[in-house]
Amino acid sequence: MTTKEKYKKVAYYPGCALEGSGHSYNRSTKAVGKALGLDLVEVKNWNCCGAMEVKNVDPKLQTYLSSRVMSVAANEMDMDVVMAPCNGCYHNLKKAEYDLANDAESVEVVGKLSKKAGHKTYESGQVETIHALDWIKEAIGEDGLRERVKNSLSGIKIANYYGCMYTRPRHIFPEKDQGPGSESTSKPHFMDDLLAAAGAENVDFPLKTACCGGAHTLSDSDTSTKLVLNILKTAKMAGADVIATECPTCHSGLEMHQIRAEKTLGEKVDIKILYFTQLLGMALGLKPRKVGVHENISDSMRFLKEKGLA
Amino acid sequence: MPIHEKSLIRPENLKTHDELVIDGVDVSGHWSTFIEARVVTDYNEALEEEIAALPGGEYIHRCWQCGSCTNSCTVNAINPDFNPRYWIYLIRMGMESELLRDKDIIWQCVSCNKCTYACPRDVFPEGVMKATSHWLELKGHTPKSPSMHFDEVFTEQIVKTGKIEESRTIRRFFARTKQALMQDWMIEMTKRMLRHLPIGMLTRMGLATLVAPRTSNWGAASKAMQEYIDEQEHERAEALNLAALAKRPEQDVAA
Repeated sequence: MTTKEKYKKVAYYPGCALEGSGHSYNRSTKAVGKALGLDLVEVKNWNCCGAMEVKNVDPKLQTYLSSRVMSVAANEMDMDVVMAPCNGCYHNLKKAEYDLANDAESVEVVGKLSKKAGHKTYESGQVETIHALDWIKEAIGEDGLRERVKNSLSGIKIANYYGCMYTRPRHIFPEKDQGPGSESTSKPHFMDDLLAAAGAENVDFPLKTACCGGAHTLSDSDTSTKLVLNILKTAKMAGADVIATECPTCHSGLEMHQIRAEKTLGEKVDIKILYFTQLLGMALGLKPRKVGVHENISDSMRFLKEKGLA
Repeated sequence: MPIHEKSLIRPENLKTHDELVIDGVDVSGHWSTFIEARVVTDYNEALEEEIAALPGGEYIHRCWQCGSCTNSCTVNAINPDFNPRYWIYLIRMGMESELLRDKDIIWQCVSCNKCTYACPRDVFPEGVMKATSHWLELKGHTPKSPSMHFDEVFTEQIVKTGKIEESRTIRRFFARTKQALMQDWMIEMTKRMLRHLPIGMLTRMGLATLVAPRTSNWGAASKAMQEYIDEQEHERAEALNLAALAKRPEQDVAA
């Protein structure tokens, strides 16, 4: 089976953030999947992957949590591919996959915990974990997308923001940095490719993989505000109207600290923040409400009306 | 020493001479590279081993001090005192008292993993930062950082229910760190959200705060994880000899 066919039906792991603050990402991912004729089967009775927090209490506990999600997809649903739109979930599942393939101690701890918890132990290689970007890029591709665009994003200047967890550390993403056609960890381009195919103009944005301080968004807000402000200002200077995101933590971090910078530092940066799936959905002819634009904290409706998307 | 790390020389160690000529060269005045000679005697020889015993610190021995971590560091760019290379050096040398001068900022690592990406020796500096802040807390050098409180609140909820419901985590975190929940910017954000949020979403969010979402049949997993956490805590306490640390104040009183 080709990758293209393999990705047509995938196990969908939304994760906790997509049921809360990142709901519009959940809504838009599903809507885009439907519009493109791709099949998402939600992982049954999933649990949290451990996010960025559990590893600081114990890294192997995080490996276990992520392995359980993959175990359910492989052993209870008989799926080969798990698709996670959240960078945190995606990263953790890949990290667990790496550890279970390379670290005997992790295998032992996961085996012990899985047995006590009463489910089959996940074994490395049972599923392939992909991000929503890989999913659309591989299953549909730029050409496929171009054919389906009803409402071109032409005239919209976009800074593509990938964040940290999508590319770092690189050893857990062996399929990246494989030359032409593959994703790059130093200069990722899948989001650029997809949005360009939908008609948008990507600006030259140097902070694609900069950090928004998401891990400390509440515990060290001043640091996060400074980091976010830098990202917002740089995107603005690069000429962007919109920052496209692919992670609920980055997205809500940018939105929250855009307001916090305004309130605590008096620095107002007028730039729109939208999930890449929201932009793609609208390019595919969906109304803003269908992709949850009204569920974002920041208000982009007037801008989208001006651009003829609403 | 790289020029950008000159801030490592503490002001009290700088030498300034009103009139000084060495080999016919006038070096009077302020020279930030002349420092007072000093003898270090208070090494903690167990320091590197203790950090290596905590998760994340395992590979600290691989470091050869190239400085790629500090060079790529997100936090260093906004605070030059945040210097992973230097802390790794101090830990490996056992210079605990020098490390303790920076004890209140080490927890601020944002886990962006740029250092891990750049490190040519696979030291995993991000892990070393976490191990070091954990060590500072376990040894009682610092109170638990806000970040550690957040990690604990978060982990407790997952162990209990299998899932995270954000508003509950946020409320508990603010309560545990004794911060006011309704800060100016938080109020502003809530207002802006309420302006255009649909009723359906509000209802769902409201329900989630009343009834936490949970993974079903989570009991056995929850119990297994809690046992594992307790086991690990015990092992770490032994590796860091915390029992002796707890007894020390009594001995001091007795003496």
